[in-house]
Amino acid sequence: MNTEALKDLLYKMADDQLILGHRNSEWTGFGPLLEEDIAFSSMAQDKVGQSWQIYKLLNELGESDPDTVAFMRNAEQFHNCQLVELPNGEYDFSLIRHFLFDTAEMIRFNHLATSSYAPLALLAKKIKGEIKYHTMHANIWVKQLGSATEESIIRLQTSLDSAMPYALGIFESSKFEKELISEGIFRGEETVKSEWLTQVKSILEHTKLTMPNIETITPVFGGRYGKHTAHLQPLLDEMSEVFKEDPTADW
Amino acid sequence: MSKVGKISEEEIKVWLEEVKDPEIPVLSLNDLGVITGIDIADNGKVTVNMTPTFTGCPAMDVMKSDVEDVLRKKEIQDFEVRLTFETQWNSNMISEKGRAALKKFGLAPPPQHNLIVDIDLLEHAICPQCNSENTVMKSPFGPALCRSLHYCNNCHQAFEQFKPL
Repeated sequence: MNTEALKDLLYKMADDQLILGHRNSEWTGFGPLLEEDIAFSSMAQDKVGQSWQIYKLLNELGESDPDTVAFMRNAEQFHNCQLVELPNGEYDFSLIRHFLFDTAEMIRFNHLATSSYAPLALLAKKIKGEIKYHTMHANIWVKQLGSATEESIIRLQTSLDSAMPYALGIFESSKFEKELISEGIFRGEETVKSEWLTQVKSILEHTKLTMPNIETITPVFGGRYGKHTAHLQPLLDEMSEVFKEDPTADW
Repeated sequence: MSKVGKISEEEIKVWLEEVKDPEIPVLSLNDLGVITGIDIADNGKVTVNMTPTFTGCPAMDVMKSDVEDVLRKKEIQDFEVRLTFETQWNSNMISEKGRAALKKFGLAPPPQHNLIVDIDLLEHAICPQCNSENTVMKSPFGPALCRSLHYCNNCHQAFEQFKPL
């Protein structure tokens, strides 16, 4: 088992979950309607819980404990894609990001459920059942608002166009694609991406939204290698503020 | 069934009957289906395996420490309570007694399923108050990770369902 390759994979997934989980939690108290406030808060709780479990797998492979890893690193030590760190914007952007990201998550964890690394396969099997509720939620709203009023369609289309370069950044190749694939740990980003395109298109077909032509889009890469937007560090500072008051405190 | 001294796995299971889900205090952990194994080693060490309902469930640590309290109270010297994903929870593992308790508590029990959870399954909740099937799902997310929100068109009451997973 190539441990370096495995750790790289686990870090980027855990960081994605943690950062998007935190962004989702920023909707608590601000949702456009009560059910959406609860939905984004619940998805936040799921994602942060899932990140904790993935950090625990890393801990078993010799990395620091989950709290230290989550709260004590700086932005350039995070491996999340830039999509998840972007500010929530208005509801339309948060919804489109949630749709694009969770569709990829569902596919990723579906594949990982048969990973040759058994602890990851077991966790992925669990997580994919939970993500199902996230994609179900995203699909309902994208279908509904993507064919509702002129304003809702324009808003979602604008968000879709601006999120797409970042969404393609989810699938930035790691240094270890070959090793992960040959050892049966993970099917690789290209496989996830091609299934994702099919899935995203099939939902958009139920709406008046147009799939951007991805051939002409330059994906925003860098997140997987520690390159981030100016939005990540302030998020980390806020997220870790209480923890850093006294890292030895027992909760 | 292995026996060490006077304790059997069956007995431990009976003791655990008093440990309830902290968020649904009518439901024991046995009935919830999260106790996935009890083992007594030859040296007397008791191992209780538990599995979470949802990965991010904040009640899981409370349940684990409640189980530890019971074992301590029963004067078990050497024990370990493990949280594992080896045997995975799904909502079909809630017992008949547990399903009845949920309904009495005002929560629609999760429909039995063939492990394929889709939107149709989620949308057709039966109202726990009037048993009507004329209900609509308002949101797949509710006040806890394991609950969804519904409305009954028959008795005009909002209700929650324990989600199928």
